[in-house]
Amino acid sequence: MSDRVALGIDRIKCDGHGVCADLVPEIIELDDWGYPIIRAGAIPASVLPHARRAISGCPTLALRLQALNARR
Amino acid sequence: MSIALLAGPPPAQGMERRAEHQHRLGALPLRQPSLIDSIERSGLRGKGGAGFPVATKWRSVASQRAGTPVVLANGGEGEPLSRKDRMLMEQRPHLVIDGAVLAADTVGADEIVLYVGADHTGAIQAMLRALSERPATERARLRLVSAPVRYVSGEETAAVHFINAGIALPTSIPPRPFERGIDGRPTLVQNVETLAHVALIARFGDEWFRSLGAGTASGSTLVTVGGAVPQTVLIEIPQGLALSEAVNAAGGITSDSDAVLLGGYFGGWVESTTAWGLPLDADSLRQLGYSLGCGVIAVLPSGRCGVVETARILAYLAHESARQCGPCTFGLRAISAAAGRVAGLTATHGDLEHIQRWAGLLKGRGACRHPDGAAGLLASALRVFADEFMIHYDHRRCSITNVAAAAS
Repeated sequence: MSDRVALGIDRIKCDGHGVCADLVPEIIELDDWGYPIIRAGAIPASVLPHARRAISGCPTLALRLQALNARR
Repeated sequence: MSIALLAGPPPAQGMERRAEHQHRLGALPLRQPSLIDSIERSGLRGKGGAGFPVATKWRSVASQRAGTPVVLANGGEGEPLSRKDRMLMEQRPHLVIDGAVLAADTVGADEIVLYVGADHTGAIQAMLRALSERPATERARLRLVSAPVRYVSGEETAAVHFINAGIALPTSIPPRPFERGIDGRPTLVQNVETLAHVALIARFGDEWFRSLGAGTASGSTLVTVGGAVPQTVLIEIPQGLALSEAVNAAGGITSDSDAVLLGGYFGGWVESTTAWGLPLDADSLRQLGYSLGCGVIAVLPSGRCGVVETARILAYLAHESARQCGPCTFGLRAISAAAGRVAGLTATHGDLEHIQRWAGLLKGRGACRHPDGAAGLLASALRVFADEFMIHYDHRRCSITNVAAAAS
């Protein structure tokens, strides 16, 4: 169940605050301009709590959990 | 007379009037429940660039439960190298409207929006004149909206956004237009050429359509051939025709050429030696790692440098970014600036390495496919013009134009 979800992002909402990369470095790094690059695939179960914190901690509420195969 | 999108009176005579259109092709067939199955068997794919299977899209819209669907006939055509949609609307507007009406009848839509680029004035005039010739029952559900002159205007969420709110910028997905589009209703966004094909498939059948293709490919397709040919032309070809034959049909090349830009600004560069033999069929090209995109074939003339042309296109695409998503706003700007310096023989240390890395960083990182398109074009240029990029960067010289930077 929990291993079938991925992190989705609303690219228009995202302002590149970078909080997410601090909270879940396991699956998010920042590009040269400070915008998140999210590792493809399911979120590992051990990382899921951190991913949830990133979702609630995002200043623009741009992150969400979504079914693994959902398009962006 | 042969049956084809562009068959009928010569383009010089302007648009085909309704009487002539009906005399030539017969009346628009009545609602056919089996039309989606027929389209599926025909193998028809969307002609706007993405090549999505048409039958699948229609089924998705028809099966939505919330709200009466709307049809958006997309004639935005923001691609600078393409002419096909505007010329089709100029010459055969009734074919496009036929297809839109069939689409509406099939998916249960009560409203049709004809979305036409504001700068395509000939197309707008022809479509308006054609509308005036349609029966009142059809006119009541048809309206024409002119699209702002901007590259992203034709992107499907941007088109819906413009019609809903007057803002021709992409929106985040989900929801996609087929789920929630115009007025929040399920919306079928379909390119105008695609709809014109449907108007013929509904009359002559999927077997007829399949038989138009060359080899194993199905149907015909419109391509705009430009660059090192006598003049930019729109031609209709059997899908699967070799690229060299399409270029010959356009009058043949006027100079030697090292590369072809296939698919337009969201397509990619192909070495001419490879390009000439490529089959112009969306499916085959995809399997080979290329894209027919919106059917643009631009032959790079001798004496024109691929690095310079690529930098010019990237500058255009960076400028045309909707500037809503960071990776596109800042990534394309940085790529364009660095590529411009390399092309202009003023590269600073690291420019080429940066471009190479950034080309792989943009895919899937925008609300729409604008960054993907630019990154794909850049990646193809780095492959096809690899040597020339190095010469520009390392030696500050262009071996095509034989220009070298002044010693600094």
